[in-house]
Amino acid sequence: MLLELKHISQEFGGLRALDEVNLAVNEGQIYGLIGPNGAGKTTLFNIITGIYQPAEGEVYFQGRKINGNPPHLVARMGIGRTFQNIRLFAKLSVLDNVRVGSHAVTHGGLFGSILGLPAVRREEKQTLQRAQALLEMVALQEKRQEYAENLSYGEQRRLEIARALALQPALLLLDEPAAGMNATEKQELMSLIHHIQKEMNLTILLVEHDMNLVMNICERIAVLDYGRKIADGSPEQVKNDERVIQSYLGAPA
Amino acid sequence: MDAFLMQYIDPYFLRILVLIGINIILALGLNITTGVTGQLSMGHAGFMSLGAYTSAILSLQFSAPFWAALLCGALVAAFFGFLIGIPTLRLEGDYLAMVTIGFAEIVRVFFLNFEPGGKAVGLSGIPQNTTFGIVLLLVIIVIFFNARLLKSRLGRSMYAIRENEIAAEACGVNITRIKVLAFTIGASLGGLGGALYAHYMFFIRPQDFAFMQSIELLNMVILGGMGSIPGTILGAVILTIAPELLRIVAEYRLLFYGALLVLLMIFRPNGLLGDVRIYDLRKRWINKEVNV
Repeated sequence: MLLELKHISQEFGGLRALDEVNLAVNEGQIYGLIGPNGAGKTTLFNIITGIYQPAEGEVYFQGRKINGNPPHLVARMGIGRTFQNIRLFAKLSVLDNVRVGSHAVTHGGLFGSILGLPAVRREEKQTLQRAQALLEMVALQEKRQEYAENLSYGEQRRLEIARALALQPALLLLDEPAAGMNATEKQELMSLIHHIQKEMNLTILLVEHDMNLVMNICERIAVLDYGRKIADGSPEQVKNDERVIQSYLGAPA
Repeated sequence: MDAFLMQYIDPYFLRILVLIGINIILALGLNITTGVTGQLSMGHAGFMSLGAYTSAILSLQFSAPFWAALLCGALVAAFFGFLIGIPTLRLEGDYLAMVTIGFAEIVRVFFLNFEPGGKAVGLSGIPQNTTFGIVLLLVIIVIFFNARLLKSRLGRSMYAIRENEIAAEACGVNITRIKVLAFTIGASLGGLGGALYAHYMFFIRPQDFAFMQSIELLNMVILGGMGSIPGTILGAVILTIAPELLRIVAEYRLLFYGALLVLLMIFRPNGLLGDVRIYDLRKRWINKEVNV
């Protein structure tokens, strides 16, 4: 098991955002997390990545307890993420956005950098090559010199994925990667997710509202509602779950 | 070199050139803290003061060699930059600005009461070791290392912190560490600039490093373009020359600054060169050609 959440609870000023949530993600899985707005999906991501500390419960990653670690250490352990409200480095080039993503897996220090020591130069070269390969993968190679803020919405979402992949994660968290995308872009995104999952031997946990996308690419889906997990299973099971239909999917017309 | 130059250049202009060089070093230091990393520091003159007094006292009391005085000035300032970096970096924006103003004021008041620093009278008779040649050499070295730093992994993480702290953390950037590093490097250049200044002016007083000096340095960074090395250099050049040109209306200099900044915010909110890149210029140029 790659990621395991045990009895996670979180409160924001009396509001119980998460209530005793358990989740187990196996290596190589594409795991979907769905639920109505405000169900606690992003809160769960923020707990996994160390932005919030859970009020109760534990997070295990590769068998190690990771809650209590600051976000940058969680990232270095191999958890990459994207953000629901895109958080790119607006005034950095597309290429530099991805290169910052490599921060966790590189070591160049102050003196090595300013003196231009061979080890640092070699590392910089590798960083550049990796970044370019990732940009190729998300089809942004041609825009590598543009400021990130000048990209279209769909391009920005893909850039976020490339940046998250630059830290060579074992687990990738995607927070609504298809939000704001049109049908073609969504189709491309689906094949991209499939591709990176296979190519990089990744485990992916994703939050998404687009049911078509979720049902298509996820092997397993958990449903949150008001901070509680109300279902967990294969797409077929979830689709036919009485409570899920009631609270989220809605009855077929 | 200076004697040679004097034959061809008016000493007055040579003096302005030296001051431009010192201001470039000072402003490039502040640019790392404020322009690149985005941590608003309004107390850069405090670091300058520490460098100036440290080096001047070393020269006067201990007859230290010039290079040692410069080095110690920069190191002492760096140490205080590091020290003030740790608690203040939990703060952001306005709060950080307040603390840095307070820090510079504390330094000023300290030297106002510091016996070996000559109290309010200041120090005079500092050996005039700062020459145009030395300033030029140091400016080139500082620009070179600055450019290397900003293009490196650490430089990129500094820009990333300015752009989005949460995303930078998600990339594995240790925000506290990088911020303290930026503060320390910025302060060390402040100290170096201050030490050069002391050994050029021959005479320093605590008021030389008062709040307005911090603001002037900040203006150079903002005018030229936050985070841009060429921009900061341009800002330092313009704002060193401007008061000379406006000597006739000396009292209204502040009025001029104010008006300049207002105009800048209207027409170039990112500073003169803040978001200008060769890539964009070339693209614009090529597009123009296509249109023709």
